[in-house]
Amino acid sequence: MKIAVLVKHVPDTYGERRLDTTTGLIDRLDDDQVADEINERALEVALSHRDADKSTEVIVISMGPTGAKDALRKCLSMGADSAIHILDDELQGSDAATTAEVLSAALAQQGVDLILAGNESTDGRGGIVPALIAEFLGVALLSSLGSVAVTSSEVSGSRETEFESLRVHTALPAVVSITESSADARFPNFKGIMTAKRKPLTVLTLSQLGIGVEGSVSKSILVSTLERAARGSGTKVIDDGTASAQLVDYLASERLI
Amino acid sequence: MSNVVVLIDTSISGVIRGSATELLVAASRLGTPIAVVVTAQPISAEKVRLLGQYGAATVYNAVSADVATRLTGPQPEALASAVAHFSPSAVIVSNTIDGRDIAGRLAARTAGGLLLDVVDLRIGGDAIVSTHAVFGGAYVAEWAIASRLAIITVRLASFEGAAPEHDPELVVMAVTADLTSHAAVIDAVEEIVSNSTRPELRGAKMVVSGGRGLGSAENFSLVEGLADVLGAAVGASRAAVDAGYVPQSHQVGQTGVTVSPDLYVALGISGAIQHRAGMQTAKTIVAINKDQDAPIFDIADFGIVGDVFSVVPQLVRAIEDRRS
Repeated sequence: MKIAVLVKHVPDTYGERRLDTTTGLIDRLDDDQVADEINERALEVALSHRDADKSTEVIVISMGPTGAKDALRKCLSMGADSAIHILDDELQGSDAATTAEVLSAALAQQGVDLILAGNESTDGRGGIVPALIAEFLGVALLSSLGSVAVTSSEVSGSRETEFESLRVHTALPAVVSITESSADARFPNFKGIMTAKRKPLTVLTLSQLGIGVEGSVSKSILVSTLERAARGSGTKVIDDGTASAQLVDYLASERLI
Repeated sequence: MSNVVVLIDTSISGVIRGSATELLVAASRLGTPIAVVVTAQPISAEKVRLLGQYGAATVYNAVSADVATRLTGPQPEALASAVAHFSPSAVIVSNTIDGRDIAGRLAARTAGGLLLDVVDLRIGGDAIVSTHAVFGGAYVAEWAIASRLAIITVRLASFEGAAPEHDPELVVMAVTADLTSHAAVIDAVEEIVSNSTRPELRGAKMVVSGGRGLGSAENFSLVEGLADVLGAAVGASRAAVDAGYVPQSHQVGQTGVTVSPDLYVALGISGAIQHRAGMQTAKTIVAINKDQDAPIFDIADFGIVGDVFSVVPQLVRAIEDRRS
């Protein structure tokens, strides 16, 4: 079985994240970028299937600027077999639909049985790329799975939405997105880090994928962006036994109680 | 005025969810709302009237036997059919797990433009303009779509007020598309029933959250006690969720729920950016933490450096005293 895991290189959520206020786009050239944590969990699903069935091949795929290769290298060191980096200046500023269209072209070229992704990235938080890919490829989608079971012909799992818990399954090929409830990712070990350097990382442009982008890579246009003024700190008291009384006075003065 | 198609959220058993009102308010900002309801059986005249009261000018009832068995299968079909039938300027769905799946399929099928997790909507010239809160509200961005179908997911608890009432026309259609090749199978479904009388976290006016500083699941009752005396919803930091003190559904932050209440009380929460991204737009922030260097104090309107286990019980008593 061939499994593809989608990877996004994103600003570290533990750092200060910036939006370019002239383009409305996330600043992706910053040094403080990492493989989105949720992707590592998606990779874990693929790797644990391979642990059980050695014939499984795991590819990691990312579309993004030059730095995305670092995220892919990390995934190779965790155990993925090969990586594809879609890198093309023309794709800068792509919206979710263009991203999904390009990824779908790469996935179709690879002929994969199962596509694994995180339920949403920590930067854009759109959470829609898996559904777009499922529709472009005409396959089933199991989104937001908290637990996943993969066999050679089928994938199943539990899916918790805002309102319901479901048990779902589908035949392969399929697109699956997983949530933070999915199993923790393994750490790269020394051997993984050493062998990662020798694993294939293919860089593909749009023309190598055999597709072109007609018109704009984004169907929406930026109108304005505004950075909200940073919040200042207010009163800070060290509790000497009266702090709770002071807080109650404050809450009452703000008409909150 | 142009037509705006709205997908009404329903449970798998066909109950119309409370989000219907706000979705129709969002739609009425852009045009004449057409409510699409996808159910296994035709809906009752009473439900049609109700949707009219919420603002639907037309109710488009797509009937499909697959609603309970094919995961978000019939809904994109119903919406595609409504788009062909009503030529709307926009399609609105809720920014939920199901809503996003449906919007994604529809966008790929219709080449419509996506506006995701929208917190406000308006018409600007000949364009639909949407407002987005980026990075937990650290930035506010407006994006526009003109001269093509806009497919919009709206953040729940963002649209208030009421849309003008209508006496809606009912159109019934049957979804006949074969979904077996591309829609997953639902084997079992269980409605998540909240057995709590506390307010829903999303959209709550007051939220009391606890962090790692609480130390255990048992101690989390301290958070609940303060929440109850304030009439607040209960939240938690990711650290508290990871430690197993409370279920993931309580998580406030980058990877959890984003809240924007009038009052946010953070108990034993250090205030990592991951958490702040989910609550920093609260009108008033109160923090209690024993570490005086905790970053939560940088954004707190009122901070107490102290032990939550002594301050919070005193606080609960003081609030009760003031009330009586």
